[in-house]
Amino acid sequence: MSWRDAMIAIPFFWLLVFFLVPFLIVLKISVAESLIASPPFSSLFELLDDGTVTMRLVFENYAYLWQDPLYIKTYLNSIRISTISTTVCLLIGYPIAYAIVRSSPTARFVLLMLIILPFWTSFLLRVYAWMGLLSDQGTINNILIWLGLIDRPVRLMYSELAVHIGIVYSYLPFMILPLYANMEKLDMSLVEASADLGARPVVTFLTVTLPLTIPGMVAGSLLVFIPATGEFVIPDLLGGGNVLMIGRVLYNEFHANHDWPVASAVAIMLLVVLVVPMMIYQHIQSKQTKT
Amino acid sequence: MRRQRSVFLLSVLSFGLAFLYVPMAILIIYSFNYSKLVPVWGGFSTRWYRVLFESEEVWSALTLSLKIASVNATFATLLGALAGISLARAGRFRGRTLFAGMVSAPLVMPEVITGLSLLLLFITLGNFIGWPTERGMTTITIAHITFSLAYVAVIVQSRLAGVSQDLEEAAQDLGSKPFRVLIDITLPLLMPALVAGWLLAFTLSLDDLVIASFVSGPGSNTLPILIYSRIRLGLRPDINALATMIILIVSISVFVAGWLLLRQQRRRDREIQLAVADSAVE
Repeated sequence: MSWRDAMIAIPFFWLLVFFLVPFLIVLKISVAESLIASPPFSSLFELLDDGTVTMRLVFENYAYLWQDPLYIKTYLNSIRISTISTTVCLLIGYPIAYAIVRSSPTARFVLLMLIILPFWTSFLLRVYAWMGLLSDQGTINNILIWLGLIDRPVRLMYSELAVHIGIVYSYLPFMILPLYANMEKLDMSLVEASADLGARPVVTFLTVTLPLTIPGMVAGSLLVFIPATGEFVIPDLLGGGNVLMIGRVLYNEFHANHDWPVASAVAIMLLVVLVVPMMIYQHIQSKQTKT
Repeated sequence: MRRQRSVFLLSVLSFGLAFLYVPMAILIIYSFNYSKLVPVWGGFSTRWYRVLFESEEVWSALTLSLKIASVNATFATLLGALAGISLARAGRFRGRTLFAGMVSAPLVMPEVITGLSLLLLFITLGNFIGWPTERGMTTITIAHITFSLAYVAVIVQSRLAGVSQDLEEAAQDLGSKPFRVLIDITLPLLMPALVAGWLLAFTLSLDDLVIASFVSGPGSNTLPILIYSRIRLGLRPDINALATMIILIVSISVFVAGWLLLRQQRRRDREIQLAVADSAVE
């Protein structure tokens, strides 16, 4: 074995054992029967008395997900919440990225650092910051009462609004950075040509800038949409029991109900929902590393 | 017209930065609140910092997290560099598509799925080969290496895609063996990417709650697990103090790193200008 083979084999083997095999185990357990035992599921292969091996696939868990309206509602709800939050992120992130690109080189560098900085601090604590703002005795309610706009705290926490705020706040840098990378490469002579030929700024923006930044918009949106759909921390801390999201259901199915087969089936279904966006993102990513 | 636009851009930036930083500023202000109830102001005090520093639980969680993060970052950088170099420089090999897929999939895989699948692997392994007997530091570290190495591989791969293979080919033409080329040329070219990858892997590990809470066992609380178990019951002033410390340390490190980067870049620009000026004189 040459050093080149070894170089490939070491990470290959690691990913095979700790990424691919675990995934196959989830797939396997999702078609097993739930048992009250340790481990709490039936095995896929059974050795019969006559020496033949039989394989048992039970699609009961998937049927269960399909029959119980709670799960379908949760899936649809996750996609809806994630879509709305991604759209808001895009609407806020686009002008910010544009404003950064239009700044002087030094200002650009400082602004980018300021956008990335929150990413290096703790994700959990950024969500916690919003708990302090949104709670019944929190900062926002205090300010509104002090201004005399309300006389009793409004319920902001444990609502879908709180989850949207949490997602937009936490994932905004993931939207801005791909947009910035895209806009930075934008050929400004095209924008100038459009202006020279007499197009109004709005027309130039809509017909030149916007279409040329679609790749950045798609990449940024996927970077927000994919993790937001499977998000656990934000719906758990800011949404409480009132906002149904699939990541939280999976977590509870496993940790609270100890129903491994159903948890595995929920995981596989989540992957089915996300597989198309994930593949689009990988496609964009691989095109970018090549150029 | 021009003025109107710069006012617009300036207000967009102020709004964006305010949105990102005001929540953190308020979090920091309340860490100096004397009152035990976070939102009720009871006068300035540093008592929660004392509570924080005296908490044994916090110190042991922090130590565990730092241990896991540094072991993780080192192994992830090593494995990620091998994976990145393989994908960028090794040409075709059997299983390349599967390999490339496995390297980039953890980047977009929802954390709950990664966590669940690794836990089920550890339980299955435990049943079949008797390892791991208990879940804790080792299992969390393995889980973190698996997703961190993907980030390092992507950084390494895009760095190598950005530099031409001329230097490597020149060394080869002058008689270097492929392994020497890797050590003498490729690795030094990769140094900035490896440093960035190590730091990213370190941070990702320190920050992870979901995957760690799947594969950790009783008694092995990392810092995020400890924070989560406290804040899910509501606001706590000592967590505000902890958050302030983390934000402070991270901000200082990022600004020092940024300042060094900017200085380096300026020096390089100046050298290029001087070189251009010199050649013009000649």
